[in-house]
Amino acid sequence: MSKKNKEIARDAEANRSESKGVSKIGISDIIIMIILGVLSISCILPFIHIAAKSVSGKAVVLAKEVFFWPKDINFNAYVTIFNDGQLTHAMGYTVKLTLIFTILGMIVCTCAAYPLSKKRLKGREFISVILLLSMYFSAGLIPEYLIMKKLGLLNTMWALIWPLIFSPYNMLIMKSYLQSTIPDSLEESAFLDGATNFQVLWKIVLPLSKPIIATLSLFYAVGRWNAYADAKYYVFRERALQPLQYILSNMILSSGNDAISFADGSLAANTPEVIQAAAIMFATLPILCVYPFIQKYFVKGVMIGAVKG
Amino acid sequence: MKKNKKNQEAVTAASSIAISKQERRELNRREWKKCLKRDWQLYVLLIFPIICVILFKFAAYPGMRMIFMDYKPALGYDRSKWVGFETILKVFKDADFFRALKNSIIFNFLDLLISFPMPIVLALMLNELRFPKYKKVTQTLLYLPHFLSWVIVASISYVFFKPSTGLVNVLLMDWGVISEGIPFLTEKWHWAVTYLLMGVWQGMGWGTIIYLAAITSINGELYEAATVDGANRWQKMWHITLPGIKGTTITLLIMQLGRIMGSNFERLDSFGNVNVKDFQYQLAIYIYEKGLSGGNYSRATVVSLFQSLVGMILVIAADKFAKLIGEDGLI
Repeated sequence: MSKKNKEIARDAEANRSESKGVSKIGISDIIIMIILGVLSISCILPFIHIAAKSVSGKAVVLAKEVFFWPKDINFNAYVTIFNDGQLTHAMGYTVKLTLIFTILGMIVCTCAAYPLSKKRLKGREFISVILLLSMYFSAGLIPEYLIMKKLGLLNTMWALIWPLIFSPYNMLIMKSYLQSTIPDSLEESAFLDGATNFQVLWKIVLPLSKPIIATLSLFYAVGRWNAYADAKYYVFRERALQPLQYILSNMILSSGNDAISFADGSLAANTPEVIQAAAIMFATLPILCVYPFIQKYFVKGVMIGAVKG
Repeated sequence: MKKNKKNQEAVTAASSIAISKQERRELNRREWKKCLKRDWQLYVLLIFPIICVILFKFAAYPGMRMIFMDYKPALGYDRSKWVGFETILKVFKDADFFRALKNSIIFNFLDLLISFPMPIVLALMLNELRFPKYKKVTQTLLYLPHFLSWVIVASISYVFFKPSTGLVNVLLMDWGVISEGIPFLTEKWHWAVTYLLMGVWQGMGWGTIIYLAAITSINGELYEAATVDGANRWQKMWHITLPGIKGTTITLLIMQLGRIMGSNFERLDSFGNVNVKDFQYQLAIYIYEKGLSGGNYSRATVVSLFQSLVGMILVIAADKFAKLIGEDGLI
C-alpha cells in the first residue's frame, strides 16, 4: 500500500516538475513529432504495400483492393520467380561478386591507409596526392571504357571489380581512424621488441581497427550491391554476369509500365502487378534484412569522414 | 665602415647557408636510406593501391587526347584522324548538347534548392525531439531509403504512381479527389516533380547525420547561458544552433555545387522512359547515348571533360567566395 502511495507521489512530483520546468510538452513538440512521424512512415510504407501486393491473389490486386495488408494470401509470384531462375541466379552471382569485391577492396584500402597514416613515412605527401588525384579528376566514361577494353576486362566479372576497388573516400576514413585511435607508443614498444611493420599491422593495428573494418566493408558491400551503371557500360553483353540490380532494371523499368519481361517473354504477361511486386521484394529483402544491424556502422563511418572534412 | 661590416656578415651567412644546403642534401639522402631500411614494408604495401590507380585511372588520362580527334572505335587511337578543334566546335554547335546542358543545370539547381535544405530542417527537428526512443525509431526509418539502389527507388515509384493501379492514384480516386489517374511518371512536368521529390525522399534522412554531429559539437554552455537569459527554444535554435552548423552547411554546399553539371546516371536512367525524354536528357545521358551506344566517342569525351572542368571551377570559385566572406571553405 505504502509502496503504491510512494509511486503516486513520485508521479505527481514528476508531473509538477515537468509542467514547471523546461521539459513541458508544447504544441510545437507535438507538431515536430507528427511531421517526423509522417516522414518516417513514408520511408517504410512503400515496402509494406509492395510486400502485401506480392503475396496477394491476382484478382484482388487487379481489383485494387490491396493496400497495406495482403488478401487472398499465396506465394505463387515467388514460385514463378524461383522457377524462372533468372533473378535467383542473379542473386547468387551478386552475392559472390559483392563478397570478392568487399574483400579485395578492404585489402587495397588497408594497404593504402596504414602506410599513409604514418607521419614518419618519407614521400607521404607525394603518394597521397597520387592516390587522391583520381577523386578530383576522372578521364571520363569513354577513355576509361577503352582502358577496360584494352585490358581485356570487358564482359568479365572483373570489370565490375577493379575500377571501383580503390576508394579514396574510404581510404581517408580509415587513415584518420588509424591516426586518431591507435597510439604511436603501442607500435613503438612493438618495434623495440623487434617486430616488423607487417607484424605490427597484422598483430596490433588490424585487431584494434575491427570497428572501422566492419564499417568500411559495409560501405564497399552496399555500394557494390546497389551499383548497376558499370554493368550497363562494361558487361551489357553477358547476361550471366549482370548483377541483380541491372536485371531488375531491365525487367521492370525498361519493359514499359505494363509488362514484366522474363527470359522467355510470355511468363508474366497476365499478372504483371503481383510478379513485379514480388521481384522488387526479392531484390530488396536482403537489404531490408541486414539494414537494422548495419545502420549504426554506417552512421559511425559518416561521422569519422565528417570530422576529417 | 659599418655598412661594409654588414656586407661581410651577409657574405659569411650566405656561404654558411650554401654549406648547409649541401649538408642537408647529404642528410636527406641518409634519412631516405634509413627510412627505406626501416619502412620498406610500408612501401611494399603501397604498391597494390598505386597499381590500381595507375592502371584504371591514370592510364585513361592520355585517352582524353581524343577530344582533338575524330575517334572511330574501329580504327583506334593510332589510325583515327586528328582534327584539331573541330570536334569541340561541333559539340558547341550541337542542339542536343545544349538541351542536355540546360536540363542538367535546371534539374540540378532545383535538386540543390529542394534537397539541400531538407536535411537541415530535419536535423533541427530531430534535435528538438524530446523522446529518445521516438527519435531513434524515426532516425532508423529515415535512413532506410539511402540504402536502396536507384533501381529499387524507381521501381517503387512505378508501383506507387502508376496511373491505373498505383496506390497514390487509387487512393485519390477512391476519395474522389481526382476522376482520372495522374501520370506522375509518364508526363514530363509531373515526372519532373516526382523525380525531384523522390530524390528528397532518398537523401533527406541520411543527410541529417552530418548536421546532427555538428549540432552535438556545439558547446552546451551556450544553451545554458541563453536559458538563463530567458531565451526560448526558437531563439536558441536561431541564434545558437543555426550559427553552430553554418560551417558544415557551407562546406557541404560547396561540395554540392561541384555536382551542378553531373547528374547521377543511375537515377536518370532508372526514372527515364520514352515519354519524359525531353527532361530526362541530361549530360550524363548525353555522354552515354552519344558515346557508348552511339559510337561518337570523341564528342562524348569533350562533354565529360567540359562537365568535370566546369564542376571543378565552380567548386574553386565557391571556395574562394566562402573564404572571402570569412568562412572556412573546403580546400
